[in-house]
Amino acid sequence: MIEVANLEKSFRKLKVLKGINISFNAGQVVSVIGPNAAGKTTLIKCLLGMVIPDKGAVLFEGKNIRNDDSYRKRIGYMPQIGRYPDNMKVGQLFKMMEDIRNIRDKSELDEELIDAFNLPSIFKNTMCSLSGGTRQKVSAALAFLFNPDVLILDEPTAGLDPESAEKLKSKILSVREKGKLILVTSHIMSEVAEISDSVLSLHEGKVIFYKPITEILSEMQEGRFSKAIIKLINQCQYVEDC
Amino acid sequence: MLKIAKYTVYDIIRNKVVLSYAVFLFVINTSLFMLDTDPSRSISSIMSVMLIVVPLVSIIFSTIFIYNSYEFIELLVAQPIKRNHILLANYLGVTASLTMAYLVGTALPLAVYAPGATGIYLIIIGVILTFIFTSLAFFGAVISRDKAKGIGMALLLWFFFSVIYDGLLIGFLFLFSDYPLEKPVLFITTFNPIDLGRISIMMKMDISALMGYTGAVYRDFFGTQAGMAYTLLLLILWAVVPLAIAVRIFRKKNL
Repeated sequence: MIEVANLEKSFRKLKVLKGINISFNAGQVVSVIGPNAAGKTTLIKCLLGMVIPDKGAVLFEGKNIRNDDSYRKRIGYMPQIGRYPDNMKVGQLFKMMEDIRNIRDKSELDEELIDAFNLPSIFKNTMCSLSGGTRQKVSAALAFLFNPDVLILDEPTAGLDPESAEKLKSKILSVREKGKLILVTSHIMSEVAEISDSVLSLHEGKVIFYKPITEILSEMQEGRFSKAIIKLINQCQYVEDC
Repeated sequence: MLKIAKYTVYDIIRNKVVLSYAVFLFVINTSLFMLDTDPSRSISSIMSVMLIVVPLVSIIFSTIFIYNSYEFIELLVAQPIKRNHILLANYLGVTASLTMAYLVGTALPLAVYAPGATGIYLIIIGVILTFIFTSLAFFGAVISRDKAKGIGMALLLWFFFSVIYDGLLIGFLFLFSDYPLEKPVLFITTFNPIDLGRISIMMKMDISALMGYTGAVYRDFFGTQAGMAYTLLLLILWAVVPLAIAVRIFRKKNL
């Protein structure tokens, strides 16, 4: 569904992405892991067209996304830190996003998360009065709202209380059942093991490995996923194309 | 695009700054009319205040506004909207709100105390200056990611056009006072939108007769239809060019 070909990006002298080749298929949850500054967010922003790569291309169903914005209709994005106009009320924000996307029929919308997080009770509050966690809930609900074919979630559960995080995770799994592609970045290995089918590991702008979870577990002969991952990362550190 | 502009306007109106801007202008202008029995003298004071306040408020408010809505722009960029539409919609929203405040604060007292051609001209120039300095603010904010740097740059631009430029001009006149400089000065003023605005309003006032020989040269040029068209064209260029460059940069910017 999404293909990334030979993607390179540097910010001034710092090379953030050093030639990335991967493809993501529908119906799977892919977790993107890696230490801080590995290039996870930059990769995601390239997919969204927010960062423009120096070299290489991102193809959405075979079409280059450069100078094309229509593919974004089919993407839901939840940023790491969501910030919104301070004076806007939560309800107005949702209305505005529906308006921008020209949604007239409410039945097209997926409002499950809005209800699960009980957001209608804060519809009258302004955005600047919300706590960090509540903002995350709003961001999450917005990402899922338009029934997108691809969901890109940047550290979705960071800052959420355990109950809400659980709700979000089960939502991710139920959306996968509908044959959608979900990309998640995360630092929490138990979460990665719980929700994802494959793991993409980045380190210093390069792909270390991109493998299904079941394969990782059987190859490493470890019962626990977090141990297996660390073993694999250590093993792959000095090997090209692990 | 208009939809986003509409929401920008809603957001700004709820912000108290624009409201206080309107009230401030209204109070100053009304009291200037009340202080003087001759409305034409009041208009020239209003002009002086306007030429300082409108550029300053436009450039500073717009700069701060863009930096504060950076993350929101990020969110919009991830939506199926063209990038240049996002920036232009924000520009429209900001200029529309500032213009509304300016009209309430200036056009209202002018219409009550001194209705006439000069007043209308003053209002038009004020609106154009709002567009020009908002455009410069967008240009600055797109170039620099750092908020403090951006606001500093905005202040510097305003200070340059309001004070430094005229100072340099006077220095230049003084240095070459032995030469006939009317024509070069005419040309040099076109590089400062505030001066352009000031001259074109003064041409509509009776006091231009008091400006002596230079005033006569000005009148010869700016007073004519062609001169007015030239001024207007230059002012529009001052609004369009920085914005166009800003849009070009923004289309390729990493967010």
